[in-house]
Amino acid sequence: MPYETVIGLEVHAELQTRSKMFCACPVVDSTRAEPNTAVCPVCAGMPGTLPVVNRKAVELALRVALALECEIAPLSLFARKNYFYPDLPKGYQISQYEYPLAQRGVLRIETARGEKTVRIRRVHLEEDTGKLIHMQDPDGQSFSLVDLNRAGVPLLEIVSEPDMHSLEEVRAYATTLRAILRRVGANSGDMEKGVIRFEANVSLRPSGSQTLGTRVEIKNLNSFRAMERAIAYEIERQTDLLQNGQAVQQETLGWDEAAQVTVSQRSKEEAHDYRYFPEPDLPPLVIEPEWIEQVRANLPELPQAMKKRFIHNYGLSAGEAVLLSEEEAVARYFEACLEQAGDSIAPRTIALWITGEIFGWLNQSGEKFENLRVPPAGLVDLLRLTAKGIINLNTAKLVLNEMLASGKPAHAIIEERGLIQLDDAGQIADIVAKVLAEFPREVASYHQGKTTVFNWLLGQVMRQTAGRASPAVARAELERQLAGSKGN
Amino acid sequence: MTLTLAEVEHIAQLARLHLSEEEKIRFREQLSAILDYAARLQQVDTRDIPPTSSVLPPRSRLREDEPRPALPQQVILANAPFPYQGYFRVPPVLE
Repeated sequence: MPYETVIGLEVHAELQTRSKMFCACPVVDSTRAEPNTAVCPVCAGMPGTLPVVNRKAVELALRVALALECEIAPLSLFARKNYFYPDLPKGYQISQYEYPLAQRGVLRIETARGEKTVRIRRVHLEEDTGKLIHMQDPDGQSFSLVDLNRAGVPLLEIVSEPDMHSLEEVRAYATTLRAILRRVGANSGDMEKGVIRFEANVSLRPSGSQTLGTRVEIKNLNSFRAMERAIAYEIERQTDLLQNGQAVQQETLGWDEAAQVTVSQRSKEEAHDYRYFPEPDLPPLVIEPEWIEQVRANLPELPQAMKKRFIHNYGLSAGEAVLLSEEEAVARYFEACLEQAGDSIAPRTIALWITGEIFGWLNQSGEKFENLRVPPAGLVDLLRLTAKGIINLNTAKLVLNEMLASGKPAHAIIEERGLIQLDDAGQIADIVAKVLAEFPREVASYHQGKTTVFNWLLGQVMRQTAGRASPAVARAELERQLAGSKGN
Repeated sequence: MTLTLAEVEHIAQLARLHLSEEEKIRFREQLSAILDYAARLQQVDTRDIPPTSSVLPPRSRLREDEPRPALPQQVILANAPFPYQGYFRVPPVLE
């Protein structure tokens, strides 16, 4: 029997604030900072302390929620999620439960079969936990170490409806959501540092069925790769079970990276009884309509909208538009170039120079786009010189490479190295004549019908001018003189 | 409504409490009495009444995102029974 896969995703994203969610401790890079150096009585869970909500965290959450077209609750509540774990110093996590910040949004993803809408169930605020490291004594005794630097860092939970049916859709959802989180300034998107984490709900049902099958929940997926592999593994495992007439158990699983299998986490099953209740130490979170409107008005153009605009307004291909819209710095650079260029250079020409030459150079040199030494005006100057025929296309590529390496402006490099295009017909005619005189055998074989020699002869002319000759003028002159020499 | 002993044991486990057999029986009675009282409250029709989440006027007091120095590491670890190279050392936790 064919089965349909049903997948829902929970995404946990740290919010890029300077201080923690409920206290003024600095947010530090928890992969690098000395352990337990960004901790105070509030985030250490000392008795008698009181949490106070970070305004910026709420604002970033609103930005994400509005980018996902959610309805914002005018009043939402914080709740205590109770469980014991050494990375949770208070014995409960402050989260939102029955009354989340935002609900009922959408995320549009692109798949091979076209655009698809995944519904967002809810977006809510909570706090991150500390970090655990598992160790072993020299005598083989196991123990764990606790670092509370991350405890209390603002965390946004984004929960989708179970609307995805393939790995491709999950991948598109995750990457699109990450791009939005970055664009609105909520999250760095730096997966290596664990600032985005996934949990997936996976179930199967007979194709065509409308009821959901028994689902498993896979926790702690810290990379796109782990998420995809874990889901792929689960689809296979559940398919095998169902095809053999066995039932899928509803359970919580973890992903064993080393063994590449999902494993049952019974310890966490038990803790599923979270005994949520409203957080008595925090008043309801009230969001005034003016605040929502202000955040909405300040939302940047999202990558997907930008991509469509680039295709529609500038005639870019989908691939070019993606390359230019997915990174904010690149998009800004491209648009600054367009502004500088006005009508003098076609947008697509600029796009191709950025995605071709500049990206190529960055790839080769290992430099970051953020450190690019050629400002938009510099690139546009170079392209204008090319458009005017002052330098030819090949020279322009050489010049750009040197601009990227040295940061010098185009005209300085062109002057220094004497690269101005040679388009004086008389001068070029002399050089062509010289080349033809130098290679009589090649000229003869050209006349005997070996036309490919033409390009070789053109190459000789370009070489004589150190690449500066206008290819059009040189080509025309070479054709003219070869025609004239026929029969000699 | 009377709790089963298994339910009492489950609740004790969630709270990380070790109860003697005598305590389990005693708390079973006490917890059941509390639940009976809650069951009485649940008979009140509250259909159109929003839950009281706070007795204060609904207005958020938010904090500006200004970091302040944390406590020094040795102060944070001062009460830890087993500090270990800047960490809290705890019994092994299996993921």
